[in-house]
Amino acid sequence: MTTSALLMMLFGFGVTWGGAALCISIAMKKK
Amino acid sequence: MKTREQWGSRLGFILAAVGSAIGLGNIWRFPYMAYENGGGAFLIPYFFAMVTAGIPLMILEFGIGHKFRGSAPKAFASISKRMEWLGWWQILISFIIAVYYVAVIGWAISYLFMAPAQTWGAETKDFFFSSFLHLSSSPMDINSMQWPILAAVAAAWAVNWFVLFCGVKKGIEKANKILMPVLFFLVLLICGRALTLPGAMDGVNWLFEPRFDKILDYKVWAAAYGQIFYSLSICFAIMITYSSYLPEKSDVNNNAFMTVFINCGFSMLAGVMIFAVLGSMAAQQGVGVDKVVSSGVGLAFITIPKAINSLPAPAFFGTLFFLCLVLAGLSSEISISETVVSAIMDKVGLPRKTVVTLFCTSGFLISTVFATDAGLLVLDIVDHFINNFGILFAGLTEILFLGWFFKTSVIRDHVNRISEFAIGNWWMICLRFVTPVVLGYMAVANLIGDIRTPYSSYPIEALLTFGWFLVVAIIPLAFVIQKKKTTTPLLRTK
Repeated sequence: MTTSALLMMLFGFGVTWGGAALCISIAMKKK
Repeated sequence: MKTREQWGSRLGFILAAVGSAIGLGNIWRFPYMAYENGGGAFLIPYFFAMVTAGIPLMILEFGIGHKFRGSAPKAFASISKRMEWLGWWQILISFIIAVYYVAVIGWAISYLFMAPAQTWGAETKDFFFSSFLHLSSSPMDINSMQWPILAAVAAAWAVNWFVLFCGVKKGIEKANKILMPVLFFLVLLICGRALTLPGAMDGVNWLFEPRFDKILDYKVWAAAYGQIFYSLSICFAIMITYSSYLPEKSDVNNNAFMTVFINCGFSMLAGVMIFAVLGSMAAQQGVGVDKVVSSGVGLAFITIPKAINSLPAPAFFGTLFFLCLVLAGLSSEISISETVVSAIMDKVGLPRKTVVTLFCTSGFLISTVFATDAGLLVLDIVDHFINNFGILFAGLTEILFLGWFFKTSVIRDHVNRISEFAIGNWWMICLRFVTPVVLGYMAVANLIGDIRTPYSSYPIEALLTFGWFLVVAIIPLAFVIQKKKTTTPLLRTK
């Protein structure tokens, strides 16, 4: 894989699953 | 006293909402859209659309459902009695989708049983069109019933009936608590195995290699908004219905963010899965991935079976892939059907079990059209018109009505009061300006496009019957249903 493709893949997974993880952590804290 | 059904847990609601959003489109549409519209660079407009349209609309629909505690017609009637028809318009769209979507699940069930022996053979295209569908020459040319397909469609309806019959908590919630974890596990399993195959990383590279010049093209932005809009189950009453089952003290904003992020995250995983398999196939054939890539029905039932033939352990890949399609399809089908069931229950006050049985029986009878030799052709036309005109125009009407003729701040205050974090003015700006402009552009572009060039090469009478007539006729029908008296005193609008 090229570096640019790898970076975009990490960007994509970071935004989506990172965002989901952040939401879950907020929910856990507020519980 | 009769009270509205409720989810048993927050996890149950999120999994059901995610299950609704994650459907066949995440698997067979997103990867191709990303690849076709700039590869990794597509993620920039895609995430922009997610933040400016996907999340705001999800919060709006969750908020409406939770505040007004009813299916879409009941919720819109609570806002303005004259707007109940908008809810029925969306419910009729859902009904139509429910009866043809189940046919695709039926095909996937059939292929699931063929996967262990790869009964589709080497010529997957010929097999799909000739041996499996026995495709006729025209959508108006309906000659015979394809009994194996009808049996699979009946099986899908039976599962749907059983889940809905058991109710919100014991049926839908329980089903999604099984379907979603299994689906994620299967996709991860396929990804894990596929990525170790020769050529797989090249395939993934084709998907994510950014072509930044593409994002200067406005059509790529429209494609990104379209992908977000169609993949989140928004604007056809589902999320309003699902959130109406939330307990009074429930978060809305965080749940909406979570649902959207998980849906888009699943699309990313599906992209890796599909392109790893395509990359491996392309490497074996000694061609580029661009020579084998496709989308939609062609990808699922022609390209992927061909790729599976060339992979090691084809029975393993085939079974897992078609099981993924069945699970993703079923979780969406359940949500679409529940939307219709809930609206009928709210209107006429019949018990759930009666409504579910009547709905599934009538739905199955109509679905038989899609199990005939012209099924794929009819389905293609109905799907095109329902997506490009039905959902889009109903969504545009909803957003214009709620954004401009209703005090949207009422919803914002409501969701902010009960949620784990508050949303600010950006939400209102996105709903009032960004989303209507983009949806309006898409609606006009689709209308002009279809008037200038009739869809595909279908006969005009087929396009008029299964396309234009269908999408137009449901609007007056929605008004007719609005005129009918609501017979449920507890759910009658104030």
